[in-house]
Amino acid sequence: MADAAFLALSVITIGSAIAALELRSLIYGSIALMGTPGGVAGFFLLLDSPFVAMFQIAVYVGSIAVLILFTVMLVKRELIFKKVEDRRRKFAGIGLMLVFMLSLGAVIMDSGIKTITTDEPAVDFRDIGADFLTYYWPALILMGLILAGSVIGALILARREDITDEQRAN
Amino acid sequence: MSNELIDFTLVSVALLAIGIYGLSVKRNAIRMLFAVEIIINAANLNMVAFGRFLPHSGGQTLALFSIAIAAAEVAVGLSLIIVAYRMYNNIDIADFRSLKG
Repeated sequence: MADAAFLALSVITIGSAIAALELRSLIYGSIALMGTPGGVAGFFLLLDSPFVAMFQIAVYVGSIAVLILFTVMLVKRELIFKKVEDRRRKFAGIGLMLVFMLSLGAVIMDSGIKTITTDEPAVDFRDIGADFLTYYWPALILMGLILAGSVIGALILARREDITDEQRAN
Repeated sequence: MSNELIDFTLVSVALLAIGIYGLSVKRNAIRMLFAVEIIINAANLNMVAFGRFLPHSGGQTLALFSIAIAAAEVAVGLSLIIVAYRMYNNIDIADFRSLKG
């Protein structure tokens, strides 16, 4: 049975996910989005993996949420508050969500993982470091290259060529 | 450990369903990016939970890779949204019609 910390974290996670999608203002939505990765980081702590939890907080709450917040601030004010959606589509989406949740939930409840528990000690984070440097080293280098490439690509994409240097000085 | 694997899996299913709802209903490009983030978080939660209960270090390693790739995806996605906003002066995906055949 789940304990109180788990229940609180699941309320925070799912509630902030719904709030991020449904709040009228995009700015409040992006602030609410910080709750979902934060709650998932709490789940990681419950799962005895503090290293991944810290990484998650540093990357998601620290950088991605701030990046999204700044992008939202670059957008026109009336677009931030504008909500375009038709009702039929919304109800169809809610129906899809419920069907998906119930059917997948039923499949999982019916499967064998209901009985899985563990008394074994958690994986030490030193093992993760050893994994990264031995078995996964090509993937680690590739990931670094992908990150560098994506940052350079993002900078090139977002650059404006129509602004001349005189305009930039003003 | 008082929490069981199925609890984490059910939370993950709920997050996945909310993300699918956001992707299918919202027409705002930034909100769709929010939905993708929620789905990625659900996947990470599943990986770490299964890695804890096996127990195996592979789950956490894969989750770390996934978080890093998600950061790259958001950087590129947001810059694409900014470029599209400059071209169309809107972030409604129904307005992005250049690639429509």
